Amino acid sequence: MTALTTAALATAARSADAVQHRGFLSPTGVEIVFLLVGLVTVGAAVLTVTTRQLVHAALWLVVALGGIAVEYLLLTAEFIAWVQVLIYVGSVVVLLLFGLMLTRAPIGRSPDTDSGNRPVALAVALATAATLVWVVVDAFRTTWIDLDQAVQGSTEVTGAALFSSWVLPFEALSVLLLAALVGAIVLSRRTGDEDPGAPASGAPASGDGATPGPEGTR
Amino acid sequence: MTTTTLAVLVPVLPLLGALAGLALGRVAPGFVRPLAVLPPLAATVLAALVAARQHGGPAIDAATELTPTGSVPVELALHLDGFAVVVAVLVAAVATCVQLYSTGYLREDPRYPSYAALVSLFTSAMLLVVYSGDLIVLLVGWEVMGICSYFLVGHYWETPEARSASLKAFLVTKLGDVPFLIGLFALAADTGSFRITRILDAVGNGGLDHPTLIALLLLAGVAGKSAQFPLHIWLPDAMAGPTPVSALIHAATMVAAGVYFVARLLPVFAASAAALVVLAVMAAVTMAGSALAALAQDDIKRVLAYSTIGQLGYMTAALAVADRSAAVFHLLTHGAFKALLFLAAGALIHAAGTNSLTAMARTGALRTRAADAYWTMTVALLALAALPPFSGFFSKEAVLGAAERAATGHTEAAPAVAGWIVLTAGLATALLTAAYATRLWLRAFHGQGAERPVHGPQPLVINVILWVLAAPSLALGLAYGVLGDWFGGASLAPTLTTSVLATGLALVGGLVTYGTWRHTTALAAARPRGPLEPQPESEAEMATEALTGHAPDDGDLAERPDPADPGRLLLGPLHRHAAAGFHLDAAARTLFVRPTLAAARLAAFLDREVVETYVRAGAAVPRLLGAAVRKSQTGNAQTYLTVLLAGALVLAVAAVLVTAAGA
Amino acid sequence: MHLAYPAVLSALLFAIGVYGLLARRNAILVLMSVELMLNAVNLNLVAFDVWLSTTLRDTLHGGQALTLFTIALAAAEIGIGLAIVLLVYRNRGSSDVDRLRDTAETEADDDAEARAAEAALAADEARVATPYDSPAEKAEAAR
Repeated sequence: MTALTTAALATAARSADAVQHRGFLSPTGVEIVFLLVGLVTVGAAVLTVTTRQLVHAALWLVVALGGIAVEYLLLTAEFIAWVQVLIYVGSVVVLLLFGLMLTRAPIGRSPDTDSGNRPVALAVALATAATLVWVVVDAFRTTWIDLDQAVQGSTEVTGAALFSSWVLPFEALSVLLLAALVGAIVLSRRTGDEDPGAPASGAPASGDGATPGPEGTR
Repeated sequence: MTTTTLAVLVPVLPLLGALAGLALGRVAPGFVRPLAVLPPLAATVLAALVAARQHGGPAIDAATELTPTGSVPVELALHLDGFAVVVAVLVAAVATCVQLYSTGYLREDPRYPSYAALVSLFTSAMLLVVYSGDLIVLLVGWEVMGICSYFLVGHYWETPEARSASLKAFLVTKLGDVPFLIGLFALAADTGSFRITRILDAVGNGGLDHPTLIALLLLAGVAGKSAQFPLHIWLPDAMAGPTPVSALIHAATMVAAGVYFVARLLPVFAASAAALVVLAVMAAVTMAGSALAALAQDDIKRVLAYSTIGQLGYMTAALAVADRSAAVFHLLTHGAFKALLFLAAGALIHAAGTNSLTAMARTGALRTRAADAYWTMTVALLALAALPPFSGFFSKEAVLGAAERAATGHTEAAPAVAGWIVLTAGLATALLTAAYATRLWLRAFHGQGAERPVHGPQPLVINVILWVLAAPSLALGLAYGVLGDWFGGASLAPTLTTSVLATGLALVGGLVTYGTWRHTTALAAARPRGPLEPQPESEAEMATEALTGHAPDDGDLAERPDPADPGRLLLGPLHRHAAAGFHLDAAARTLFVRPTLAAARLAAFLDREVVETYVRAGAAVPRLLGAAVRKSQTGNAQTYLTVLLAGALVLAVAAVLVTAAGA
Repeated sequence: MHLAYPAVLSALLFAIGVYGLLARRNAILVLMSVELMLNAVNLNLVAFDVWLSTTLRDTLHGGQALTLFTIALAAAEIGIGLAIVLLVYRNRGSSDVDRLRDTAETEADDDAEARAAEAALAADEARVATPYDSPAEKAEAAR
């Protein structure tokens, strides 16, 4: 890390003119790390969407999301990075795993994880990737982020911005979260008359909808 | 009030009466009869007043232009000459009589309000035709008459005969009206005006470029309206209407409109010798043919219808020899006695309960049961047969005299050949007319057999009207001196040669018929009555057609050939053809109805098989396309999303490319 | 650091998410793909926020704030999404998105519709055909 910082410090002193001379063939240390982590992230993401084992997909997702968290750190947005780790890696993926279990997803390789739409999906995805990469590269070929200045994503900076400029959206968001919470409960709650065949097994599951449906509904 | 105002009121009053009658017919039934009778009565009084003021003097002209109508102006114009005012009196008087008669005759008819209103409207239209000084305004009245005639003939629309008869009347007259309209336009194009006075001026100055063409085109309309050969076929069938309607429309007014029109525009026709010869031939064929057909008819109203056609033939014959005074004179007397004939026939039919002469001939005591009808009809038939001193004699002699003058070259206006044609046909028809009049009289009133049950007393008003009309039938002819002055000074007095000839022929015709009748009656009495000889097909057909709205009690009788009929013996083998109207209906059916029906079938076939194929294809192709598109509607959200994203991608690429190209 | 690196990474992740969204059959895997796409966007937001803060001295930190919001929204979304998936699974016994085809138009619908259309057409034709068979024409034909 220190070596990276010195390298960054060295580049920080250069003027704006010098920025244009920076090429892709002489990457800085941060860039190298970023690239490596990025490769890991992309690889994990690809595995997430291609693996035939559902639980593995969730685990590869953890890797990909963790990689993104590292990228945040490299971009000096440390608060976001920790939030990413906490919420995504910590809760979302756990939720997804719960979902997999509750829907009785098969453990091990399942033969039909991909729909018949796959070739078209691949074409669309490749086209999307090509277009986006082309546009992004074309537009930001020479743009340089000077990471050697004051840290832009520390908890202090982010908190100040969030609670000075973004208070109202923040509060609104909390209402949204509440609504989502209520909605999720309402959606997954099992009503008594809906399922007359299940009182013996479904009676305790009045609140959380944690039990899957009875066999008869299959 | 000025004469012009009075003249305007004459057609307007019946029109208002008709509108009020239509509006109040259901709301206030009590007003219907006054509204039916009073406007024509007032119109009669006013028309008489107008006639008295005009008094055969120079024509009164008045015109107002409602709105500019382009190069040839159309004006609301009056042209009151001696002909117009006298004919208007006749029309209004006959209409009043018919309305009064109808109050009795149709007193129990549920559709009487609309009937009376239509008769009033019809009267108004005819008066408009009579008074109008502008051909387009005249045409309006002409066509309103046509449509009223359609409605009135179809009064008993419950019966298929009345329906088809009304359609036939309408279509046949329209067949003539189309060339008529073209002729009017051609006339206006040649003379630059629709005003009768200006047209006559232009014709006087030799301003007519295509006289024969125009005259022939106009003649087609006249033939249709005045029931001249070969467009007369609608008139016998039109007897399916109520009897007063027959009296009004098909005897005194509507059919007279054609004759009156020619009389008004006679210089136009006289400008073309060819048109006059055509007119003469048309009149001759019409006269002789219709008289023969009248001799063979069984339905009393059809006899009268054919006689109307024949008498109209006399009028056109007078016009063919360029004597409009004689034509209008005959129009007047004929209007009177033919209205009387029809109305009396209505009374007779009411008493006998049948239209069929055969049935009447087997019914006794009709003479005493319908005494008023008997006497007035006798008068009218004598007038029809043109025996002196009845009115028909004078007017017919005026026609024949004019023909003789033309034949012997005493007048310049008409070609001699037209005169000869008219004279010959007129004399032959005089004989035949007397014959069928006698036959009608004998068969209707001198029948022998059981009496029929009484259908109820005749309303008083009917008999009163009969006697009112009997007066002019008897005496109108004596007014030839006065009318001659009114009509521009030409003498209408009978000439000796033709009078003796025609009267002699008429007497011969009557006596021969009487003799034959005696013979056949004796013959028939000797033979037992009952289901008789097998009958030819056409006879049954004819008789079926003859049965009109008044369903006769003994339709089976009418369908049998009756050996007591003098007409059968007189006509011999011709009888069959004459009874069928010389198969002109069949000819018309072959010539027009069949092709039209075939064309209709063809159109229906084309519509069904060709046009609808396109329509079907118009439905099937989108359906196929829809099915194809529906294949993509899988219900799979992923597919939809794929297409959505692909589309968005294409749009994004397009936007980027456009921006790049612009930059 | 070149801005292109995070931007390209973000684009790639997004495309991978698109692929997963369109190709995966299990609804939970589809949700994972959605998470990937959201994260791609987040990465973009953060990178551009840092770039703007350093070069333009922007102190608003809109990108980071929006990233936080997005993360919160994603959490809410995953909650609701999972609830829906569970509900579907409970009702249908399956959470495969390509089997939820109730909105598709089946052949039975098609047949019923076609029959109705043909019946309407036949009624039209009957109505149109009637005038040709008028009594007058029948009488004419009889002669």
